Amino acid sequence: MAVETNAAPAPAGHSPAVTWRDRWQTFRLSAWLGWQVESNWADPLLFAVYSMAKPIASALILVIMYRIIANETAEALFPGMYVGNALFMYVGALMFGVSWVIMEEREYFQILKYIYLSTASMYWYLAGRAVAKFLITTLAVVILLAFGAAFLDLPLRLSQVDWGLFATVFPLGILTMIGLGYLLAGVLLISARHGSGYVESVAGALYLLCGVVFPLDVLPGWLAAAGKVIPVTYWLEGLRRALLGQSFAQALAGYSDGQIVLWLAISTVVTLGVSVWFFGRMDHVARSRGLIDQVTEH
Amino acid sequence: MATASPTTAPDALDSAPEPAASLPDLTLIQRLVLNLRAARARAYVRVVATGRELSWLAFEVALPILSAAAYVYIYEALGAPPRYTGFVLLGSAMTAYWMNVLWSMASQFYWEKQSGLLETYFLAPASRVALLLGMAGGGIFMSTSRAASTLIAGSFLFGVQYEVVSWPLAILAFVLTLAALYCLGMLFSSVFLMYGREAWHMANALQEPVYLLSGFYFPVRALGFWTAMGASLIPLTLGLDAMRQLMFGAPDAALLPVGWELLGLALLTVVYFLLALRSLAAMEHLAKREGRLTLKWQ
Repeated sequence: MAVETNAAPAPAGHSPAVTWRDRWQTFRLSAWLGWQVESNWADPLLFAVYSMAKPIASALILVIMYRIIANETAEALFPGMYVGNALFMYVGALMFGVSWVIMEEREYFQILKYIYLSTASMYWYLAGRAVAKFLITTLAVVILLAFGAAFLDLPLRLSQVDWGLFATVFPLGILTMIGLGYLLAGVLLISARHGSGYVESVAGALYLLCGVVFPLDVLPGWLAAAGKVIPVTYWLEGLRRALLGQSFAQALAGYSDGQIVLWLAISTVVTLGVSVWFFGRMDHVARSRGLIDQVTEH
Repeated sequence: MATASPTTAPDALDSAPEPAASLPDLTLIQRLVLNLRAARARAYVRVVATGRELSWLAFEVALPILSAAAYVYIYEALGAPPRYTGFVLLGSAMTAYWMNVLWSMASQFYWEKQSGLLETYFLAPASRVALLLGMAGGGIFMSTSRAASTLIAGSFLFGVQYEVVSWPLAILAFVLTLAALYCLGMLFSSVFLMYGREAWHMANALQEPVYLLSGFYFPVRALGFWTAMGASLIPLTLGLDAMRQLMFGAPDAALLPVGWELLGLALLTVVYFLLALRSLAAMEHLAKREGRLTLKWQ
């Protein structure tokens, strides 16, 4: 990196330009830190049990609900519900993983100000901190899907998966969730300690509006319309088509695979653009109000 | 003052003031008054907090309604009988108490440790049991406001039909459920006293699995008789089943007759209270010996 080493020292008060190497290093170290924070409080076995207990319990609640009603409708909807519920874990995990760092590091560990003092880009730092959650969630999703295929007659066969569609849709959704995480991180920057309610509320609203465990058609018209402008809806629909080869809701059955991908791509770009801009604005507000190192009690 | 043995301090020190750690002898009445005051003071904080932070109120009412709505729409999509909507709503309302027990009883000493208040509690002359009873009383007040709001708003939103068999028995079931539940919370609190970050993770891990085992969103009998009996160690299992029988007239979906469930709840209350007393003393001793009472960021 000749440019960097030959560059004259920056004048006082000005930082040298952040390079892609800096960003990658921030992301990598942040991911490692995130993994340590997530996992080093317990031995690996306990950590594995802990990581799997919640998702498996959530899935079993739905399985039992479907099984006690046990009619033809339940049988027809079960695969879409099961896959949707498993994949939705990414939404909560990534939104929380990106955004909660602000609260955890400002209020509990009180190190956010030091991150700000370093050369780290906050965007890359926050995204890196979500890597551990992404990996843990991926393991949970794989276990849930395998369990469903093995024991619950989930029609999921690796040979029949549309891998091209999966490879296109999956990363777009992940980017959307990182974007939503930035939005929430911006909100948490200017919120007091009890801001966890914001993240949970958004996750709860998405669970309801995006047709995760029931078809969008069941929702009242205005709620279904709201669900159809959220990228997570298209992400789940695209992944259901890729994994199961079938659509879940009549409301989206008229869309071709290409239209689903197009809507998802457009809404992902919009979400990322808005979230990066919003986080930048909130960052400015937090700095100007002296909130970066605030500690609030309740 | 007793004559000093050769191994005790010299006579000259006998007239010295009592060491700071010992307390003047109090009569039974004085001790009772002291502890009741401590309980009232600890409860007061939560009673005042109930309406002070309005965003909490919004989140704690809206979130259960969001999750209830998702489960209600699942049953609607499956064409389930209407009483399942009531089952879900009651379960969602009762999540307020379980969340309160986990985060504001079991984990409370962990929070106090983080904020530096725990040592103050242990220096105070009042019993830790009085503080926990105060927390429980305040917590019940706070959670009842949330649960009642969820129940009322949800009943209107989803048009829930109640078929109350007996109001006095329903109220008795509710009171016994809370008594047993908060005694369990006191027991957890003593165990969590030893924890660092594990406390946060344990509380987090005990949410969905308990929703599953206690049948928050479906009649617990669906788990199978013996599994449900095992899950009855969690007071909400018997409590929810009894309240569903008494409020929705659904004996066909019940685990046990109401009388047995009320007896079970009364028994759990006594057992958990006695266990909490013993455990609190043992864990306090252990925490002091291992130097964990003031240890932050474990």
